[in-house]
Amino acid sequence: MSTKTAMETPTTMTASARTKLRTDSVGMIFDRDGKSLSVLENINLEVSEGEFLCLLGPSGCGKSTLLSAIAGFLTPTSGEITIDGEAVRGPDPRRIFVFQERGVFPWLTVEGNIGFGLGKLPRKERAQRVSHYIQMVGLEGFEKSYPHELSGGMKQRVEVARALAVNPDVLFLDEPFGALDSITRLIMRGELLRIWQAERKTILFVTHDIDEAVQLADRVVVMSARPGHIQQIVPIDIAHPRDISSPRYLQLRDGILNQIGLAHKL
Amino acid sequence: MERKDSKHLTVPVWLRPVLFLLVLLAAWQIAVLRHPHQLLPGPVKTADGIADLLQHGLLFKYVVASLFRVTWGFFLAVIVAVPLGLVIGWYRRAEMAFNPILQILRPISPLAWIPIAILWFGVGDLAAVFLIFVGCFLPLLLTVINALRSVPEVYINAGRNFGLGPIQLMRRILYPAIVPRLMTGLRITLGVAWLVVVAAEMIAVNSGLGFLIVDARNAGNRYDLVVAGMVMIGVVGLLLDTGVRSLEKSGALRWAYAEER
Repeated sequence: MSTKTAMETPTTMTASARTKLRTDSVGMIFDRDGKSLSVLENINLEVSEGEFLCLLGPSGCGKSTLLSAIAGFLTPTSGEITIDGEAVRGPDPRRIFVFQERGVFPWLTVEGNIGFGLGKLPRKERAQRVSHYIQMVGLEGFEKSYPHELSGGMKQRVEVARALAVNPDVLFLDEPFGALDSITRLIMRGELLRIWQAERKTILFVTHDIDEAVQLADRVVVMSARPGHIQQIVPIDIAHPRDISSPRYLQLRDGILNQIGLAHKL
Repeated sequence: MERKDSKHLTVPVWLRPVLFLLVLLAAWQIAVLRHPHQLLPGPVKTADGIADLLQHGLLFKYVVASLFRVTWGFFLAVIVAVPLGLVIGWYRRAEMAFNPILQILRPISPLAWIPIAILWFGVGDLAAVFLIFVGCFLPLLLTVINALRSVPEVYINAGRNFGLGPIQLMRRILYPAIVPRLMTGLRITLGVAWLVVVAAEMIAVNSGLGFLIVDARNAGNRYDLVVAGMVMIGVVGLLLDTGVRSLEKSGALRWAYAEER
């Protein structure tokens, strides 16, 4: 199957793309029972505005730690993280972290959750925004429902909508679809891509699923453990929508499999 | 649904406890009739006692007096303990500072404070309210502190991510997140308050259901009134508990109990 070369131009990494975020030799050392444990070592990353970046690696490689540090929840032991040229000093509403669906507030309705970050807006504008994002994630009719009445996939949509509603420049997603069944996961990937293409946010997405990374990302950052470091950065030069049985897709996926040290035969 | 062809005598479920209660009352009455010289009244005399209190307008007055004290003591404890608990639980250093004091005060029965209550407030409502406050305050404070510990970090991080400062975080994240545990704590504490008020009224005031019991005994061994008072304490306590329980099941708190299903 041959793909049209005109469509194959990568969606990012054009020379004009502005750098949104960078990490300069970021290191992280945790103290565990008196022993110091190096979790991240010498992480150098540069992410362009509007780029979709996947951090991929086995559990324990520090990818979630790196994401938490970039989001401002953890302070790196060494090095510096800058976003828009400004050092990261803590979490910021301009950059929203999407947890697995666990981050939805169970005491608020769907509406209440999605409007959570919009407290400063006038009531009317707030309602408009909430209904806009409810529509975007396809939750019409569930405005007054509580999270416990929703399925895992719907809760995940609520969290994504809550994040988008405050119009952040950056979204951090930490294995957001990990707890969903495989069918819902595929649907959610498609929706995330649709939303990303509509809203053009910079997205950092942590996953341990190679297929997920190759399906979604502009570039895949392959990390490995002990201490967590960047092994390789793989640009995915396939245009969306991606044909997941195309030779190029399989080639890139197998390349990453090899990179991680897994033979692609079970 | 009961089957029609059932040969057994079928009693509706709601009627069963009522029937059992009637059996117990009958047994009580029979036992009393067989020992006519006992001072302890039977159910009939107790009912007479309650009617007597009603006639003199004392029943309503005493119930209201007791409820008045419980309400004040309880609500003062709630409005002090909940915010304070949020602050202490949130700032770990404050918790470390407060913890030893709390642990020492906790095992002291609220009744041990009676002499101090009278010393500070004299005999009267204030002393009783103070005792109820003391009895409710610590359990509530500890409930809030412990509940805070179990708030998932995700909620706190999400709140901080949306730019909430400490006060907003308490109001919009920590407080709602602990409400389910707080409700349980409130229900238990209200029960404690009702226990304490009866004891406090026996010593520190001269009205209320606790006072009724002591007074009825002192004023000529009116044990019918003593038992009547006890019955009323039980009934009002049950109503209070039912009230808080129905609050727990109300709409805004549905989420908290959904996960247990």
